[in-house]
Amino acid sequence: MDQLLNDFSPGLFFMQIIILIILIVLMRAFAWKPILGALSTREEGIQNALDSAEKAKLEMQNLQADNQKLLNEARAEREAMLKEAREMKNTMIDDAKTEAEAQASAMIAQAQAAIESEKKAAMAELKSHVAGLSVDIAEKVVRQELSNKDKQLALVDSLLGEAKLN
Amino acid sequence: MYNLIGAGLIVIGGGIGLGQIGGKAMEGIARQPEAAGKIQTAMIIIGALLEGLAFGALILGK
Amino acid sequence: MVIAKKSIKLLAVLFMVFGMFTVQAENDTPQHGDVSGNQVDTPEEINSYIQHHLKDSHDFHFYTDNSTGKHYSFPLPVIVWTSEGLKTFMSSAFHHDDAGHEIVDAGGVKLTKIHSKIYELNPGETEVAFDEEHHATNASKVIDFSITKSVFGMLVTGLIMLLGFGALARGYKKGNTIPKGVGRVLEPLVLYVRDEIARPNIGEKKYKKFMSFLLTVFFFIWILNLLGLTPLGFNVTGQIAVTAAMAIFTVVIYMFSGTKDFWAHTLWMPGVPVILRPILAVIELVGFVIIKPFSLLIRLFANITAGHFVVMSLVALMITMKASFGPAASTGMSLILTLFIMVIELLVAFLQAFIFTMLSSLFIGMAVEEHDDHH
Repeated sequence: MDQLLNDFSPGLFFMQIIILIILIVLMRAFAWKPILGALSTREEGIQNALDSAEKAKLEMQNLQADNQKLLNEARAEREAMLKEAREMKNTMIDDAKTEAEAQASAMIAQAQAAIESEKKAAMAELKSHVAGLSVDIAEKVVRQELSNKDKQLALVDSLLGEAKLN
Repeated sequence: MYNLIGAGLIVIGGGIGLGQIGGKAMEGIARQPEAAGKIQTAMIIIGALLEGLAFGALILGK
Repeated sequence: MVIAKKSIKLLAVLFMVFGMFTVQAENDTPQHGDVSGNQVDTPEEINSYIQHHLKDSHDFHFYTDNSTGKHYSFPLPVIVWTSEGLKTFMSSAFHHDDAGHEIVDAGGVKLTKIHSKIYELNPGETEVAFDEEHHATNASKVIDFSITKSVFGMLVTGLIMLLGFGALARGYKKGNTIPKGVGRVLEPLVLYVRDEIARPNIGEKKYKKFMSFLLTVFFFIWILNLLGLTPLGFNVTGQIAVTAAMAIFTVVIYMFSGTKDFWAHTLWMPGVPVILRPILAVIELVGFVIIKPFSLLIRLFANITAGHFVVMSLVALMITMKASFGPAASTGMSLILTLFIMVIELLVAFLQAFIFTMLSSLFIGMAVEEHDDHH
């Protein structure tokens, strides 16, 4: 302890304090302030860059989600449109079918009516024809009967055959 | 003469203390290698405090 | 951290190379004698040579050529406060005398130098006489503001720091975000002090105020420790006045930045019986004002002094062991052992700077801490 106190130089102590104060002041002004300032600005810069990257990532994700949503909507819309179109097609086909059927049946009915009327006309004509023929046959039969009974029969047959051929 | 004996005693005491610190720190690091940095720093600080104590005693006895 | 480790490794390698030079250079210094020019080969002479080295000196002495008696050194200015006021002259006036034989007449006062201390002789005296307790009886000590070797070393260190870190700062100002050259080594070290020492111990909010002090002290101690390992033979951080000044800086800083909470907890500890509070206050005050700075200053001083002592003793081994082992074996042994200790000293140089800064920031952290929980 004594030797230590003996070695202690007050002058050196004083010089050291002066030098250290001057050094701290100088270093603070010329080195530490700019260095620490630059370091913290750099760190802030890095932090900001990281933050913005994170933000961009989030935005990207949002955008992707939006895209997905839009895609889904579009898909749903397409589906709906297709469905509508299909339905429309079906109804159109059905309509066409029913119309065609109605038309067909109307035509058929018309045709039947025409056939009926033709038939009636034909029948009527036939009837008048048959009546005429009958009258003719009857006239001839009546004429023949007078001469020969066998001949009468043959005549009727031939007449009938003629009438059929007619 | 007595100074030397005293110095020897101080060194023994300090040695035991440092050994304890070092040994326990090693155990701690072996158990939890991920805390090695923190354990090392704490070890150095406690070692330094112990060293200060031992040096103080040595200087006072000189 | 990886970069920091790498650059620390690089620095270590650089200084190891430097350290090897130290060993070789110091290998021959003891042989060439101490300042008075005598051959150093007995254990007593070696011991006194080492003791001389551990002290501050008034000139920058490289070595002495014994065959011609020539000293290779350059003088430094001596500035002393005597009874006649401030006197300045160059240390060459002492003609390398360190035993009180050469008396310098500096404007009315007679000054002489014994063991790196300058004494002012009383009028009419020609030699300093000492009593049994080594106090001068017919002379008084002067207050010595000389630019001694230690002060010179500090100035060199300050210059190195200003140049190195100034370059780094200028690099940033120019707009480089990534430093170039020497800054690449220095920047991780600054970051290390900030992130590993100041931030965790002082706290995120308040560390900025103390960064200038912590960084300056850290690099100041480290560079001085490393300079001490070079052949230039500085022993600045082994001067108790230097370490004391730095420890007192720390005390002043944490005393003046102490919060209300800190003083409340120091002087009137809450949650403790009232009778015990004054006792605790005394203990805490003694701890903060005396024990903590004392341990700071003693640790640095003792580590560096012991380191220099061990290195020089191992270097001297080649002389003391020459008789028993022969010159080659003793030189080899001395070289290997010195190299080994030198590597440890390189670690100690860093460790002591780290511990001084670490403990300073720890104490500052205690003083500025905000206690959230009120017991």
